[in-house]
Amino acid sequence: MWRRILFVVLIMTVLGAAGFVAWAWEPALALNPPPDRSSFDRELVQRGAELAAIGNCGVCHTTAGGKPFAGGRPLPTPFGTIHATNITPDPKAGIGQWSEAAFERAMREGVDRAGRHLYPAFPYDHFTRLTDEDVKALYAFMMTRDPVRVTAPANDLAFPLNIRLSVAAWKLLFFHKGRRQLEAGHDATWTRGAYLADAVAHCGACHTPRNALGAQKRGQDFAGGSSEGWHAPALNAQSPAPVPWTADSLFTYLRSGSAPLHGTAAGPMAPVVHNLGGVPEDDVRPIAVFIASVAGPPSPERQRMADELIQRLSNPETVGLAADGQPGAAIFAGACATCHSETRLRGAAGAINLALSTAVNAPDPLNAIRIVLDGIGPAQDRRGPLMPGFSGALTDGQIAQLTGYVRAQFSTQPAWRDLETTIRRIREGKDQS
Amino acid sequence: MITLTVNGRTHQSDADPSTPLLYVLRDDLALNGAKFGCGLGQCGACTVMVNGEAIYSCVVPIAVLEGRAITTVEGLGTADNPGALQRAFIDEQAAQCGYCIPGMMMRAHALLQKNPTPSDEQIRAALQPNLCRCGTHMRILRAVRRAAQTLTSATATNPKEGVR
Repeated sequence: MWRRILFVVLIMTVLGAAGFVAWAWEPALALNPPPDRSSFDRELVQRGAELAAIGNCGVCHTTAGGKPFAGGRPLPTPFGTIHATNITPDPKAGIGQWSEAAFERAMREGVDRAGRHLYPAFPYDHFTRLTDEDVKALYAFMMTRDPVRVTAPANDLAFPLNIRLSVAAWKLLFFHKGRRQLEAGHDATWTRGAYLADAVAHCGACHTPRNALGAQKRGQDFAGGSSEGWHAPALNAQSPAPVPWTADSLFTYLRSGSAPLHGTAAGPMAPVVHNLGGVPEDDVRPIAVFIASVAGPPSPERQRMADELIQRLSNPETVGLAADGQPGAAIFAGACATCHSETRLRGAAGAINLALSTAVNAPDPLNAIRIVLDGIGPAQDRRGPLMPGFSGALTDGQIAQLTGYVRAQFSTQPAWRDLETTIRRIREGKDQS
Repeated sequence: MITLTVNGRTHQSDADPSTPLLYVLRDDLALNGAKFGCGLGQCGACTVMVNGEAIYSCVVPIAVLEGRAITTVEGLGTADNPGALQRAFIDEQAAQCGYCIPGMMMRAHALLQKNPTPSDEQIRAALQPNLCRCGTHMRILRAVRRAAQTLTSATATNPKEGVR
């Protein structure tokens, strides 16, 4: 009797596994002779360039000091390190021999030309919702880049994730293939913005929390997530911004990299705003309108607090909150106060009052710590606000005192805990994902 | 009272704990090598070393420096007996107006302590925070390369020598 049950269970397991493998198996698509550059319509290539900028393709697919789109950049994840691939049209190292059908399958289904499942660090869970014409434009853009013969390093993932079939299981659980469905009841600008933010810019890839298996949590869109060791603040009603974002302030921020009542983009957001500074306004405005709608209009109470804050900081006679005697006060006075005025809206060099800072008011201290450690600065050869880093000047304990003081002084949110441990972990290179 | 250890010597400072190190160095200790440029940690003229790291002394209060080793350009050598890095800057005539040079030297010194044989790319990346308005960048690069060569050959012949 037991033997028979065991036998049936065994058969069912084998059949199930075979069924899964058959379902997960994807055919290799034929190698395609690299298409001639001149075969692509110039306007389509131009549109592809704009979409690639909005979609930040180059940020992950270009390594520091490397050629554009030649891959190799390591992306730390909780599961190990994934290296972005070469997506230049080099026939050997890149995607030069990919047909448009192979490119579209990668974008829509996360399967490469050879039929291998791609890790969802490549956000095909968003790109699957692209329109046909945008996929076409992106293909035209990529296939007209300079081919580069550089092969990206292999991924460094633990078993069983190093087996590509595990990705098929992940897709079975979390991946919903298909073009974006129109949502009724919105105007054309909102609809356009929702599409660009979701299918192209994949904002939710960082700003939506992920579950233990790395999939975006359903029903928690834009509730705040993480990216490369930074906290990606909530964009919904839980946004920690002391002054609620508006479509106008978001537009200014996304376009120029900073907004007067919010400060400057830092960390993984810095290249995003740099890219959005170079695409048509008509693409950025809808994204701002859509993101502002995610939070919706602020509650009267929240708006009143923001108005009071601006009122207080606009009046230089007013004295700031009293928190003197705290251990971080002297550090703040000597290291920060020259630029970050304690009482006024802006200090020297145009730095914001930290009471306006999202990093200082966020639930997680990661961003505040990283900014104190490494500062904020434009990438080489670019211009923008510059804040020096203090990693060499301050010990873990001193940064803990400073950030603790800043939190108490400039935020009404509860104190952060375990600051020193978090700082040590960041310095040791942990907390990267 | 805060005890500061500068170039191996200890000093008691009764300045307010929030006072930037630069002011104490220049006004109280008469160490005028580090310069006041912007006062906002943007230009690098005030760069000194703390425990081997280059820092902007204009935005680092003395409150955080108790018990840590501060090195200024005066700690690299004297006018009569310049250190290897200072010698290299003189030999390459790297200074024009000279205002940025102490900061450049201190940041270069911090680099060479960590990496005695930096590539040109690494020297450029390390010195990137320090500004020079005269445009002597190529000479500064040559000076750092020369210092690296001098110091590595000195270390090869006498391992006890090396970067001070």
